Amino acid sequence: MWEQIRSNQIRTAALTIGMGALLVLLGYFLGLYFFGSPAAGLIIAILLWVILSLVGYFQGDSVLLRMHGAKKIRPDDHPRLYNTVEEMKIASGLEAMPDVYIIDDPSLNAFATGRDPKRASVAITSGLLQKLNRDELQGVMAHEIAHIKNRDVLLMAMCSILLGTIVLLAWYGSRVMIFGSMTGSRRSSSGGGGGNIIIVVVALVFMILAPIMAQLIYFAISRKREYLADASAALYTRYPQGLASALEKLGASSGQLKAANQATAPMYIVNPFRKRGMRASDLSSTHPPLSERIRILRTMSGGSFNDYDQAYRQVHRGGKGVMPAGSIAAGAVPLAAARPEATSAEPDAMQRARETSDVMWRMSDYKTIPCDCGAKLRVPPGFREPRVRCPHCGKTHQV
Amino acid sequence: MVAPVIVGIVVVILIIFLVGNYNALVRLRNQVKNAWAQIDVQLKRRYDLIPNLVETAKGYMKHERETLEAVTKARNIAQQATSAGAGERAKVEGELSSALSRLLVVVERYPDLKANQNFLALQEELTSTENKISFSRQFYNDSVLRYNNKTHMFPSNVVASMFKFKEGEFFEVTLAAEREAPKVSFT
Repeated sequence: MWEQIRSNQIRTAALTIGMGALLVLLGYFLGLYFFGSPAAGLIIAILLWVILSLVGYFQGDSVLLRMHGAKKIRPDDHPRLYNTVEEMKIASGLEAMPDVYIIDDPSLNAFATGRDPKRASVAITSGLLQKLNRDELQGVMAHEIAHIKNRDVLLMAMCSILLGTIVLLAWYGSRVMIFGSMTGSRRSSSGGGGGNIIIVVVALVFMILAPIMAQLIYFAISRKREYLADASAALYTRYPQGLASALEKLGASSGQLKAANQATAPMYIVNPFRKRGMRASDLSSTHPPLSERIRILRTMSGGSFNDYDQAYRQVHRGGKGVMPAGSIAAGAVPLAAARPEATSAEPDAMQRARETSDVMWRMSDYKTIPCDCGAKLRVPPGFREPRVRCPHCGKTHQV
Repeated sequence: MVAPVIVGIVVVILIIFLVGNYNALVRLRNQVKNAWAQIDVQLKRRYDLIPNLVETAKGYMKHERETLEAVTKARNIAQQATSAGAGERAKVEGELSSALSRLLVVVERYPDLKANQNFLALQEELTSTENKISFSRQFYNDSVLRYNNKTHMFPSNVVASMFKFKEGEFFEVTLAAEREAPKVSFT
């Protein structure tokens, strides 16, 4: 069942090569149009791509985390979150413990980043953290760890950079072309009138089509990866209901994540730009519809990829499965029973909200002083007085 | 003239086959070893947590001496069996798990204990450690399955028997009590 990852890589590689070919063709026609030689365009396109890729490879994760204002937590900042991540790290057999980040944002989302499984991070918004119970949190973290384990994180980052390069080239190319043809300064260098018009038309069509095609390929890769991550999450937790119910909670909210944009959208557990009631066969979406993902997880009768595949086919009423054939020949994987004793010992929604806000205050260097009357005093980091009075009951506390 | 070339090609293919399969077997065997070490880490963590938990619970649970003693006893037995094989260890650790889950069910009757911050933190640690044990066991068994498949299936089984790769032992849960979720009775 673990060979799944490898066989899926071949299909993904084909799609990625397709995207790379788009970039090369775009560079070729741009060069032909502007400089009269394809080589110059190719060099510019590839140079731009290499530079962006290098930046993305070495700095991508920290840029993404900083963009969201994500804060790294230590194990005792939020034991339940850290523990569930560690549990999933163990279940997946990941080599190193990923860093855990919290994003102070009321919207519900989570993502994984990092260039390889040895140096990865998972991040969750504070909004999602307080909404989920332990089983759901475990499901979400299993999904994110699966992205790391399946090496989706780097792949999607690199694909989004490839897409970005194509979009960038096409955008500037078409601008220069439109304004350049107005003044009529270019194009005199290349000879042959008839061939010239063909090149212009092809280049123009290509500049319009390349970004769209690249985006569609990108979406196709991304969606396949989401199914695989869901299937892996079920395999790790042996409890697909946990992730399913987390996705239900995610689907019920429509808040958008502040720092998200179209290029990074596939990195999140659910599409940050989602709207409710998305169409089932939406081609231009980075994520499969939530309702469909939930239904697949809910109909699973075992924890293996095979069970996921069967559930997928059941939901889609026959047709081709989502898992490559070579990967699913494996023994039965029984599901874990629902854990009644875990739910009773767990903090309820109100306690989770308090716990999360405590963590957020603490990480912004606020001191928290519990007063006997039940109020909690938040002392800001620059506070100079030695004592503070409780505004609720009037008792004074040492800072 | 042609014969030596063919013999050479066959020899090269054989060597590639041998090396490839041997390395794959070693990699899988190492993975099994690592997975076993992971279980060990978590089991040790559980031994360390239990005395604290029992100490905290003792003050509140005056009428549950037997339950607490059962946990302490099971822990000591399990700790002494650390050098035993996978099968034997699974048995004593299973015993400890069921003693612990009995304790956690009983805890529900003591609201004061459940309000204790220290106890709550310990309970979270214990719950998580139990999960980590079962997840590392799950990963260990998956690794053993993959390793055993490799040692049994043709053509890698030829290499396995040549270099005496022994079959891995599963970490099975033998106790019925641990396989079922504990039942809470409301009487």
